[in-house]
Amino acid sequence: MELEAAKMIGAGIATLALAGIGIGLGNIFGSYLSGALRNPSAAPKQFTNLLIAFALTEATGLFALVIAFLILFT
Amino acid sequence: MAHSPIDQFKVKPIAEFQLAGIDVSFTNSSLWMVIVLGLVSVFLIGGMRRSSVVPGRWQSMVELAYEFVAGMVRDNVGKEGKSYFPFIFTLFMFVLGSNLAGMIPGSFTVTSHIAVNFAMALFVFLAVTVIGFVKNGAGYLRLFVPSGVPGWLLPLIVLIEIISYCTRPISLAVRLFANMLAGHIMMKVFAGFIISLSALGAFGVLGAVAPFAVTVLLTGLEILVACLQAFVFTILTCIYLNDAMHPGH
Repeated sequence: MELEAAKMIGAGIATLALAGIGIGLGNIFGSYLSGALRNPSAAPKQFTNLLIAFALTEATGLFALVIAFLILFT
Repeated sequence: MAHSPIDQFKVKPIAEFQLAGIDVSFTNSSLWMVIVLGLVSVFLIGGMRRSSVVPGRWQSMVELAYEFVAGMVRDNVGKEGKSYFPFIFTLFMFVLGSNLAGMIPGSFTVTSHIAVNFAMALFVFLAVTVIGFVKNGAGYLRLFVPSGVPGWLLPLIVLIEIISYCTRPISLAVRLFANMLAGHIMMKVFAGFIISLSALGAFGVLGAVAPFAVTVLLTGLEILVACLQAFVFTILTCIYLNDAMHPGH
């Protein structure tokens, strides 16, 4: 197989990490919402934690993106 | 395509300097750092120039920023964190300023370069480690030994804790860098769709409305991400600092 084609396929495979990020982000927001609906008065205090968890999870997906770029452009 | 979506991240020297064989040119990255520094200083100093008990619009914005970071330090580090507040506030305003300045069309995003972010993250990491050892002595090592772990599992847990401690600067830097990089590339890709669609004729121009709407929405999302990532960078610094102040829990 040509190197160029293999690079393209590799970058495509690297984006598979998005599946895990989708599950993770859905989990975070879903749990937050179900918790917030059960106890709305406690929800605003947890909003900071929600954002931190969101950013930490999202960053994991972006690491996969960085790998994809490294494969494509180096 | 004439412009590749990663063209915007190219560092170009404006004035070239050499210092002992090392390239220390004044680049567009340095220029934008100076601009961000100027904007932040004007925002903060200008807002507080005529400070009154009942704040005006500008002064309330400055106070909002101050209160936001002060609250973050108070909630996450505690009273002892007060002495580190100036550094954390500077970090927050610089990251926020450069993220937002990057949203100006044609500008350069300072934080989209891992060299800049890694320098900041490494400084935070080294400072936190030094503060931890100065404040707690060898007791700082308790950070690596979580309580309530069965003895046979302890060596493995300690190893994992040490590895996760050492990857902190990398993850801190790469998170900010990757968020900025991905957002700006995404916007450029959708903006490229507008140009290539409208080159197709009348139907293409009609079709280009869709990517244009997406670009407008993405700009809003990117401004949110710019603020969020500045917040995350700062709050993680606070959390690391809290670990250094109160280890072993």
